[in-house]
Amino acid sequence: MIRMLRELTATQQVGALFVLVFGLLTLASIALFLRALREHPEPAAQAAARSRQREYAALMRTSWGMVTVFWLAWATGDTMASILFALVAFLALREFMTLSPTRRGDHRSLVLAFFVVLPLQFWLAGTRHFDLFTVFIPVYVFLAIPVVSAMADDPQRFLERNAKLQWGIMVCVYGMSHVPALMLLEFPRWKDRGAFLVFFLVLVVQTSMVVQHLVGRRWPRAPLAPNISSSFHLRSWLIGIVSGGIVGGLISGITPFKPGQALGMALIACIAGSLGHLVMKALRRDRGVPLWGAQGRGLTGASGLLVRVDALCFAAPVFFHSVRWYFGL
Amino acid sequence: MAAMLAKLMSLFLLGLIRVLTGAQARWVGCPPKAEQRIYFANHQSHADLVMIWAALPQELRSITRPIAARDYWTRTPFKQWITTAVFNAVYVERERKGEEDPLQPLIDALAGGDSLIIFPEGTRGNQEEPQPFKAGLYNLAQRFPDIVLVPAWIANVQRVMPKGEVVPVPVLCSVTFGAPIRLESGEERRAFLERARLAVMALRDV
Repeated sequence: MIRMLRELTATQQVGALFVLVFGLLTLASIALFLRALREHPEPAAQAAARSRQREYAALMRTSWGMVTVFWLAWATGDTMASILFALVAFLALREFMTLSPTRRGDHRSLVLAFFVVLPLQFWLAGTRHFDLFTVFIPVYVFLAIPVVSAMADDPQRFLERNAKLQWGIMVCVYGMSHVPALMLLEFPRWKDRGAFLVFFLVLVVQTSMVVQHLVGRRWPRAPLAPNISSSFHLRSWLIGIVSGGIVGGLISGITPFKPGQALGMALIACIAGSLGHLVMKALRRDRGVPLWGAQGRGLTGASGLLVRVDALCFAAPVFFHSVRWYFGL
Repeated sequence: MAAMLAKLMSLFLLGLIRVLTGAQARWVGCPPKAEQRIYFANHQSHADLVMIWAALPQELRSITRPIAARDYWTRTPFKQWITTAVFNAVYVERERKGEEDPLQPLIDALAGGDSLIIFPEGTRGNQEEPQPFKAGLYNLAQRFPDIVLVPAWIANVQRVMPKGEVVPVPVLCSVTFGAPIRLESGEERRAFLERARLAVMALRDV
């Protein structure tokens, strides 16, 4: 069976992967639906079960949404993949900027960020100009944005406002643009299978986050940074990282890595993703945004897109650079 | 043909507003019911009327008419077409000209069964708090005591396109609709307007 899978073309292999993933999601949805039909005798247990059900349902919706976006991106080709992820980055940046108060003087810089930097970065990703793509935002945009801001002639809280702009661009645009770049990376003997790398990255990061969340809930310990996150414990984090690494090692067959390399890469990605998620939580706490979950819709109706993709936004650049550096691409 | 063009334009504007701002409606104090209502909101930018219009569900959008200042919105044929064909707005004179009651177009619209969106501040403000309300809301409430008055707060819209800028910036905006208020019998004009203003401001923190 493995030999038969290996003999398929790249497109068929990735297609088979998506069939598998959609199949698993369907099974999970059915299981969730059946679970909802169960009745509990006491009202307290029923209420608890219902809130857990809502949580899982939200998780399922996110998973379906993400997998569909990835499938569309892969199925429609390189250009559409870049455009699709550019759209996701646009929505994430919009959410980030909404939560960061800006002044009148930032308007031009914001216009630049949304309508010049974002399209350019994704164009560079889509056309595989990886060297320029890696330095465009950290070097050129980093220097250009404060210049535009200075021209707007508003010194009040200048450093703070520009820092917010830079942060938003780094996390939402730079981070997210590495996902289509990963899809388009070309290995010498392993072409057109970039979708597998994206799948690898997303699977290991999501696994580590889910395991960390479940372990932390089941065996709670003293939180590492209680003011930032009441659910981030060292032990559950380590278990989550290791789980992500193991999953990465197990699915190394679909990547150009050997199992040991895959384990290492997965560990790097999980560490970056989970710690990035913690950082974004600190940012949200600073702005007083309610926690994710049933209370996820804040004053502006921010749909919580950013909170779902921020781990990916942190993990993707680290993973991309590690892969390129290790394999000398 | 003209109707189709107006429909296309309204779909285009809706899409544009949604991409730029999300146009989220938060029905906190009352549900989106198709009864005769007057929505009154804070006024910060010209995009306010488009924002509320986009935030309403489709069934309410067709029966709710925003008010538009005649001197600004009839300046070019395009603006005039947009406000009449797409938004179905009611024009009001901002300055009292001659003997005619400036509220007359609103009274006609309400008598015809339409719902209205009005901005009682009269002009765009740029402070944190809304300016004191003008008397129009009180006069309309007196004339039509059965109409439901719904306060609304439009958040963040002044960040989309501040005064003097041409390109809008995407920022998530929301319209929060609060619990309806009624004109109490014998309530004085200033007290009612202040109560209405506080009702709008209270929605800012919800």
